[in-house]
Amino acid sequence: MLFTNPFAVLSVSVPSIAMQLFVITMILLVAIGTMMDIVHKKNVKYFFENAKKAKKQAKRTLETGEKASILIKTIGSDILTTAELGVGKRRVAHLLGMYGTIIFWISSAIMIFGYTSSNSNTPSYLPFLWHFGSLMTCIGGYWFWFFLRVDVAAEAHPWYRLIQADLFVLSLVITSTLALIWSFLQFYHIDGWDTLFLALFGLSNLVLFGGVYWSKFAHIFYKPGAAIQKNLAEADESRDNLPLPSNKPKQFGLGIKRESPKHY
Amino acid sequence: MPTFVYMTKCDGCGHCVDICPSDIMHIDKTTRRAVNIEPNMCWECYSCVKACPNQAIDARGYADFAPMGHSVRVLRDEERGTISWRIKFRNGTEKNFESPITTKPWGEFIPKLAEEEVPTEDDKNSQLLYTEPNGLNIQTGLPKMKKMKFKQGVYY
Repeated sequence: MLFTNPFAVLSVSVPSIAMQLFVITMILLVAIGTMMDIVHKKNVKYFFENAKKAKKQAKRTLETGEKASILIKTIGSDILTTAELGVGKRRVAHLLGMYGTIIFWISSAIMIFGYTSSNSNTPSYLPFLWHFGSLMTCIGGYWFWFFLRVDVAAEAHPWYRLIQADLFVLSLVITSTLALIWSFLQFYHIDGWDTLFLALFGLSNLVLFGGVYWSKFAHIFYKPGAAIQKNLAEADESRDNLPLPSNKPKQFGLGIKRESPKHY
Repeated sequence: MPTFVYMTKCDGCGHCVDICPSDIMHIDKTTRRAVNIEPNMCWECYSCVKACPNQAIDARGYADFAPMGHSVRVLRDEERGTISWRIKFRNGTEKNFESPITTKPWGEFIPKLAEEEVPTEDDKNSQLLYTEPNGLNIQTGLPKMKKMKFKQGVYY
């Protein structure tokens, strides 16, 4: 199962062009949803206004080389390893979900566009990456869903309480889960059920990519921008109006190790 | 000066939700970011401002005494056990302050109430609060001030 391209098997009953059109539609839905989100929340407008304000407060001008180095550092630290989340379970869960999803999406696109024709031979690593990615997303996503969500861990709400803020994470993990189940049913020729789970897999994709305007999906695009702006503000000494970091080492006691927010 | 959250910086980790003594820091049901649901019930203790690992929480001054253009930001340095404040007045004057978070090792000197004796009925009806006078180190009774020592105008 792990080394079988489920889309190649599917191409016997569903034409490749239909699958490719589905992927293109999903990309268009994300683009439209994000644009609507930007217009409605005015967050990009706020972001640029804030950046302009920070530039005015800057105490030094950054050289192009310096800016490039900050950009590279931000990509390496804040974006690729989500340093914003600190060291802990939240970061591990987020990284699992993030890289799992990226691997899942990229391998899906490659398999659908490159290896769904009747004479194509899918390299075995692609289906493996597809399954591995969806499994990573499931582990990270369910870990977050059941144990790390603030509503559950700190606000003592039950794990099954659904709110709009859950739309993104839930549709993401359900999509990955349904993908795995569909692949399993298809591989073992459990007819009927595989068609049902294929339909559910398609539907969950529609909810995930069609719900961008209502969900937290667009944070994928906003967060890197905010991280770059934060590090630039640090370097040009406008520092978002924050005070200078303390320069009095070991003068004020032994320091504090932060407790994780889980007192219930 | 009640607090508010910069949505672009908040990652919804919940440290503020956990620490807020007034239970008004919650997670927004649409954006999964922290939000002060009731600014007028804010004690202005700044616990959330200090606890936020992303410096996403700020204090908003009331317009009557802190008119437009000022800002107050805080940075918490756990390693050094310090809180640094930066106050920027609207005329551009800046003041920076640095204070200890605590002078005692964290986790010590916490009263162990479960090990204390259960209060008797007499204790419950007493004017003294629980663990007083030992808890306040006033075994000889509450301090009294002679009326003659009162300032003029406060006799009763």
